[in-house]
Amino acid sequence: MVKLSDDAPGSSQLMLGNEAIARGALEGGAQFCAGYPGTPSSEIIDSLARVAKEMGIHVEWSTNEKVAVEGAAAAAFAGLRSMATMKNAGMNVASDFLQHCNLSGTGNKGGGIVVVVCDDPGGHSSSDEQDTRWIAKSADVPLLVPGDVQDAKDLMKWAFKLSETYKVYCVLRSYTRVSHCTGIVKLGELPRPKKKAAYDTSQIITPETPFIVQLHKSAHERQDKIQEVFESSPFNWYEGPDRPELLIICCGSGYHCSREAIDLLKLEDSVGVLKLATVWPFPKILAQKYLLHTKQVLVVEETDPFLELHVKEIVADSEALAGKIKVYGQGSGHLEHCGEVTPDRMLKVLSKIFKKKYVSRNFDYAQRVQNISNQILVPRGAIWCPGCPERAGFWSLKEALRKDRRNGFASGDVGCYTLDIWPYGYHVSKLLHGMGTGMGLGCGFGQLGSFGFNQPVVSVCGDSTFYHSSMPALINAIYNKSNMMVIVMDNAVTAMTGLQPHPGTGSDAVGDPTPIVDIADFSRALGCKVAVMDPFDIKGTTGKILEFLKDEDGVRVLVLRRTCELIRMRKERKQPYKVSVNEDKCKGEKCSYCTEAFACPGLTFDHDKGKAQMVEGVCVGCGVCVDICPSKAIIRKEVA
Amino acid sequence: MTITREPLSLVIAGVGGQGNLLMSRMIGTVLLKKDYFVTMADDIGVSQRAGAVTSNIRISKKRRYGPMIPEGHAHFILGLEPLETLRMLNKYGNPKVLTLSNLRTIFPAGVLLGRDKYPDLRELREVIEALSEMAWFIDATDIALKLGAVIVTNIVMLGALVGTEQLPLSRQDIEDEIRGTLPTKSVELNLQALEMGLNAIKQGEA
Repeated sequence: MVKLSDDAPGSSQLMLGNEAIARGALEGGAQFCAGYPGTPSSEIIDSLARVAKEMGIHVEWSTNEKVAVEGAAAAAFAGLRSMATMKNAGMNVASDFLQHCNLSGTGNKGGGIVVVVCDDPGGHSSSDEQDTRWIAKSADVPLLVPGDVQDAKDLMKWAFKLSETYKVYCVLRSYTRVSHCTGIVKLGELPRPKKKAAYDTSQIITPETPFIVQLHKSAHERQDKIQEVFESSPFNWYEGPDRPELLIICCGSGYHCSREAIDLLKLEDSVGVLKLATVWPFPKILAQKYLLHTKQVLVVEETDPFLELHVKEIVADSEALAGKIKVYGQGSGHLEHCGEVTPDRMLKVLSKIFKKKYVSRNFDYAQRVQNISNQILVPRGAIWCPGCPERAGFWSLKEALRKDRRNGFASGDVGCYTLDIWPYGYHVSKLLHGMGTGMGLGCGFGQLGSFGFNQPVVSVCGDSTFYHSSMPALINAIYNKSNMMVIVMDNAVTAMTGLQPHPGTGSDAVGDPTPIVDIADFSRALGCKVAVMDPFDIKGTTGKILEFLKDEDGVRVLVLRRTCELIRMRKERKQPYKVSVNEDKCKGEKCSYCTEAFACPGLTFDHDKGKAQMVEGVCVGCGVCVDICPSKAIIRKEVA
Repeated sequence: MTITREPLSLVIAGVGGQGNLLMSRMIGTVLLKKDYFVTMADDIGVSQRAGAVTSNIRISKKRRYGPMIPEGHAHFILGLEPLETLRMLNKYGNPKVLTLSNLRTIFPAGVLLGRDKYPDLRELREVIEALSEMAWFIDATDIALKLGAVIVTNIVMLGALVGTEQLPLSRQDIEDEIRGTLPTKSVELNLQALEMGLNAIKQGEA
């Protein structure tokens, strides 16, 4: 395990990219770090929280990204160095503040703030491939993109200085192949800043002035100054021949993927690589310097043509000087504007440009392995964990909507309950977008009665999502008298991203006890009809949902409260029940209700016996299936 | 012993909860101490929810490599579960690839739910053998269960990996790593797991 606070400058450690970013924050002297969990960004705050007390810094899981970045900005306004972390989608939430703080700046106390955003090209764990570089561009703020894990640590550290010098927040944009990659990181000095926080009341930090146009202009002038620094930054470099046949200009994953392909195709003497880490403002003069020495350029980046547009601009402007330069990239169709840049993609594009034949492996072998895989390889998809309270909750919701017979559906949200729309879910949710949108959409549906809409809609959200951005929609529903029913799946933790605490957990990021913000009490105080049920009580929960579905007067909130099974198992270290199948009662293949409809991996069908069967080592003994078996063939016995 | 290829590309594949990330970190740390450049990409997906977990590990004496292995370019595939070995052969396999597989199956959700059919284990073993220049198999889970802790399956496999002598990893290296990083109370168990994994390969070859 990496010790983030190792005071061993010069030594090398194996670090996860997110740990390297966290280390960079410590080396940069950050005293305030806040974030909202989101894959692939969560380990930055997770790992900082573990050393927060030892380092004497403030680390928090905020209720959402906007609050996180505002908290971090307050620290910078008071003269400290601070950081806010989020995933790509989270930056949209933070954007309202970010698009104002770009103009107001960080004030005159000399603080610095770095906004770390982790994009996810390829959508490994996201519902989009959003390229957040545009946000930095539209906000006129400096943007850094690391090429690998070492780069990430070093850039993070440097970003504070940049922010302080130019009195504006700096964006460090990571991505899955840095954040979730492990590499060697050479450690730097570990300062332990004891800077006192204070606000200078002789200033007003705000863009709200009559001089907004002037402020906007100043932001552009600031960017011009930053560009000068970027032109000679050691984080950008060139590798290759003096006059390459082809120049690659790249950032992010593009760097290592390009080098890999150049090696494999033996193009070292023909191709040069200009690796950029200071991406916006674009270092035009640097790019032009190398463009003048080639006749062809390939721009490698993911996912949008961000660098490509700037390269094309330079090429157009340089025609008198350099003559025609051919630009390959997304515009020319050589690279795609979606998905990850991979070594294979680079091999394909370089072999096309250089008309070199490349086969990844022996043709016969490729055919053979493909044929076999087509025949016998089956997928391994994600499913709710055995014992998950959300499976039980969605089961009751499915049953209640079926019994209600009005073609109702759920308006889903982001969390483990997203698994409902995945292949092994129940597909009760017919809508799913970003954080908190389940309830916002539910609010809208609840107003459509006067237009003949008569289907019941249940807005589902998780506990963390409730605090994050569902609450304004709930208040809107009350205010505008929407016919809205809500189910909050309250498992006491932000589960999907790795079990981070939240305001309902009872402890904060560093493990200190905190008061619990009770979702049921909160909703009651707003004037909602509220019920709290244990989702493992299938009969009771189904009944309560049916009751709330029929009661169309005002906003109804049903809190399904049970701790995440992963947490329960860690704490209790034993299962509550020993569950077994009574083979005399099991109707076998004729029924298959428990395996096919309930779909818990703790239960399977034994084809030899023709009966359902518990899966040893997978079943955690929650006992919920006992209540769904129509033949009462599943039995639970309490474990002493 | 040094690496046989430059760079050497190792794939470790398994199922969420099998501890392959701990295992790849251990390998990486040992190699770092031996002055290798090591880069790893972890595809963790939503692994706590029964999904596949893979690590790509690039090992070089010359330079820092990117984390992703090009398709068809693995030198060694270690599968903590046999179906995952095949999944990785499909992506990274080639006629020269070496494989080491745990023989204990973990059924994917689709199989348990009766929607997919898990291949016959004997057939699976045969195709892995046919698709590898050399293939080692052990029932690491069985060994771990005999030691009383299924959780050390990964260390049994690590012992087996050392036993294949295909990577610059010695038994001593891993022992030091176990002693240096694991809690005292679990050191002995893990050392036993390491030894049994190593012996399983040696006995198989004898």
